[in-house]
Amino acid sequence: MARRYPLDMDTYRAPVRDARFVLEHITPLSALTALDAFAHAEPELVDGLLEEAGRFASEAIAPTNRDGDAEGAKVVDGGVVTPDSFKQAYDGYVQAGWGAVQHPAEFGGGAFPLTVANVVKEFITSANMAFSLGPLLTTGAVYLMQHHCSDEQLQTYVPKLVSGEWAGTMNLTEPQAGSDVGAVTTRAVPADDGTYRITGQKIYITYGDHDLTDNIIHLVLARLPDAPPGTKGISLFIVPKFLVNDDGSLGARNDVEVVSLEHKLGIHASPTAVMAYGESGEGATGYLVGEPNQGMRQMFTMMNDARLGVGLQGVAIAERAYQQALHYAQDRRQGRGPASEPGEQAAIIDHADVRRMLLTQKASIEAARALCYANAHALDLGHHADDPVVREQQTKLADLLTPLSKAWATDLGVELTSLAVQVHGGMGYVEETGVAQHYRDARIAPIYEGTNGIQALDLVGRKLPYDGGAFVKGYLGDLRSEATALTDDLAAIREPLLAAIDELGTVTTWIFEHREQPNDVFAGATPYLRCFATVVGAGLLARGAAAAQQRLDDGDTAPYGADFLAAKVTLARFFATQLLPSVHGLTGAITAGADDLYAVAPGALAP
Amino acid sequence: MKVLVPVKRVPDTAGEKKIDPNDRTVDRESVESVLCPVNEFAIEEAVRLKEQHGAEVTVLLVGPESAQPIVRKALSYGLDAGLQVTDDGIAGSDALGTARVIAKALEAEEFDLVLFGNQSTDARTCLVPAAVAELLDLPSLTYARHLEVDGDTVTVHREHEEGWDVVQSSLPAIVSVVEAINEPRYPSFKGIMAAKSKPLAVKSLADLGVSPEDVGSGAAAATMYEFADRPPKEAGTIVEDDGSGTAAAQLADWMAEKKFV
Repeated sequence: MARRYPLDMDTYRAPVRDARFVLEHITPLSALTALDAFAHAEPELVDGLLEEAGRFASEAIAPTNRDGDAEGAKVVDGGVVTPDSFKQAYDGYVQAGWGAVQHPAEFGGGAFPLTVANVVKEFITSANMAFSLGPLLTTGAVYLMQHHCSDEQLQTYVPKLVSGEWAGTMNLTEPQAGSDVGAVTTRAVPADDGTYRITGQKIYITYGDHDLTDNIIHLVLARLPDAPPGTKGISLFIVPKFLVNDDGSLGARNDVEVVSLEHKLGIHASPTAVMAYGESGEGATGYLVGEPNQGMRQMFTMMNDARLGVGLQGVAIAERAYQQALHYAQDRRQGRGPASEPGEQAAIIDHADVRRMLLTQKASIEAARALCYANAHALDLGHHADDPVVREQQTKLADLLTPLSKAWATDLGVELTSLAVQVHGGMGYVEETGVAQHYRDARIAPIYEGTNGIQALDLVGRKLPYDGGAFVKGYLGDLRSEATALTDDLAAIREPLLAAIDELGTVTTWIFEHREQPNDVFAGATPYLRCFATVVGAGLLARGAAAAQQRLDDGDTAPYGADFLAAKVTLARFFATQLLPSVHGLTGAITAGADDLYAVAPGALAP
Repeated sequence: MKVLVPVKRVPDTAGEKKIDPNDRTVDRESVESVLCPVNEFAIEEAVRLKEQHGAEVTVLLVGPESAQPIVRKALSYGLDAGLQVTDDGIAGSDALGTARVIAKALEAEEFDLVLFGNQSTDARTCLVPAAVAELLDLPSLTYARHLEVDGDTVTVHREHEEGWDVVQSSLPAIVSVVEAINEPRYPSFKGIMAAKSKPLAVKSLADLGVSPEDVGSGAAAATMYEFADRPPKEAGTIVEDDGSGTAAAQLADWMAEKKFV
């Protein structure tokens, strides 16, 4: 059958040049390579890595995206079967070793900054978000284990997780314990041999079972018999699908089973499992991680990393959909454009409204990408800077930026993939074009890993109070100083940016003034987060524009090219003048308080 | 077993190439330079020989100093060492000049097998592998779509229009491979990291004992006097089938006019 629509919808080209530009001019890699821990991450080496990771994502992973959506993951004979194309893609991923980039060298990793590793994650996620979730969960498992496991546990599990030969999962949620993790009821009973017997049911377990690896290492939150109630009584256990013998070979099948998979709006190829522990005996064999009742605290060590990873998904899926929309807009001809000859149909990219949509996508993606990379950069410095004061300040910065990255980038993921559908017109609503898949896939990211509402509460409730409010005020001062320093040729960026920083300062002051009425603050937390993140994104784009303008003025355009650098300036200006002013419209919602939200009884909300 | 893989730096196959009007060579600034994609098939075959026979593989590049990243790129697939021949006198060499440099470089090395790509994506002459074999007086096995090494014998399936011939030779031998031979793997993360610390030797024409008169633009058998940009693509002719039954005749007339039939 001839395709009505000529674009090969599997096409994805990793934005290597954009990533390099951010790493050189917005969140400088040079600040990281100056540290002993990252001295090996030289720019030329990183360029080579990104080039090859981009090629791998584009050529080996991107073609599996459509298959994955159409076939989905299935339960066959009690085990999960992934789509046909996934096995080869995953084997290629393990062979190429892209999962090892950020992990410590002692476990076979590359010990690269998160700032670099996250670029690789972005590319793989753009190529196939459903595929990328398996490696993402494995990365989270390694991160958690390296901080809390015994040496013996580390040696048993971590090298094979780093290589990707085995996969990891996170088992937190239960039917009655979603955002309220403290309500977990899965039980862990000590056995005579020092192990534990785990019984209970977990839901929404991403890649809870699959056929991509020989073993799956589940990290499970459960409650010991004498545990105190709530989050203080939760412990963390390693529960491997196959027990591992002393010589490293695989032993008995553990008593953990997939009960069913959810039918979801998107990410069809990512198996979202209901898991049963200890259904067929006295419990699955589990190994306690660290001390009893420390599970929540242990989970929190990976929270920034995991939440940032999800924020990056928003960037990645928006980028994929944008590339497709751009291609379609150049291909599809309708109506007359400004320069059309009579009787000639123009490519729709010639229409101003289509341009508006494409520039909105491109500028917003670049702002959100810069925010996510800046977040990773702060995490790297927070862990590895030589000066303890710098470490503390950068850790606080990372803590502040994490809810912004997670919530804003994933909200944008939904909004921008929706715009990509809109560019396609009627064909966007037809599954044949493939762009609808990105819109469906993007929708989970504002929900999982702490809903975006939770992120907003985290921002106003936990992060703003750092240092009695002095930390965030200092950060706003830094934003202002940097914006003020923009030269007059960038005044079109500087002025709206300063006005937006003022607005952010005003609403932040309002929040501090109302801290005794937390519900009033919570009522406006989500629009406040949006305001904050939009300002930070605009500031980072302005930083890039200043660098690009300087290079254009100096005639020093290699390796980017003058057109690319000029576009950076234009996109930063477009963002500052056309998207950033939206923050002024958020102030009413941020400062309204909760009165009206509660003035209407739930019964009166019904029709 | 020792294997040498000669590779070439070429302008990005997908890029828009320009000719520099001053020296009438490719303007390297105008387009990104890449490892010739055909070389990837030879490299993959060499990596398999490493896996199967423990072969030691050296990559050989003839080109300016700025081409060194291409050597590192080739090493990132897991090869053992690099050898780069760099000399201003080589600039502008034709296929035979290039073959003379490669042959001399090979003479100075120990090897059992040389694995070329059958052609480069810029020049596409397919001449160099056979010329090198001739200059070294070694067996030449071209267009290999399958390769096996057993002891000191190499067997290849030599591709041609009707199928392939099974060709066998003793080692050492010069082989050129076609794209059907394998599916190249991607360089691994660790391979890319390891590539920067692999040994890389650089030699000049004098080191190899190549006479400057035999290579470079002065020794080239062909000279480019003039060039023109590719004409812009013109709109094609569309023959519409209006149901009157004349469309096929119109199409045939058009093809005859263009001398396609």
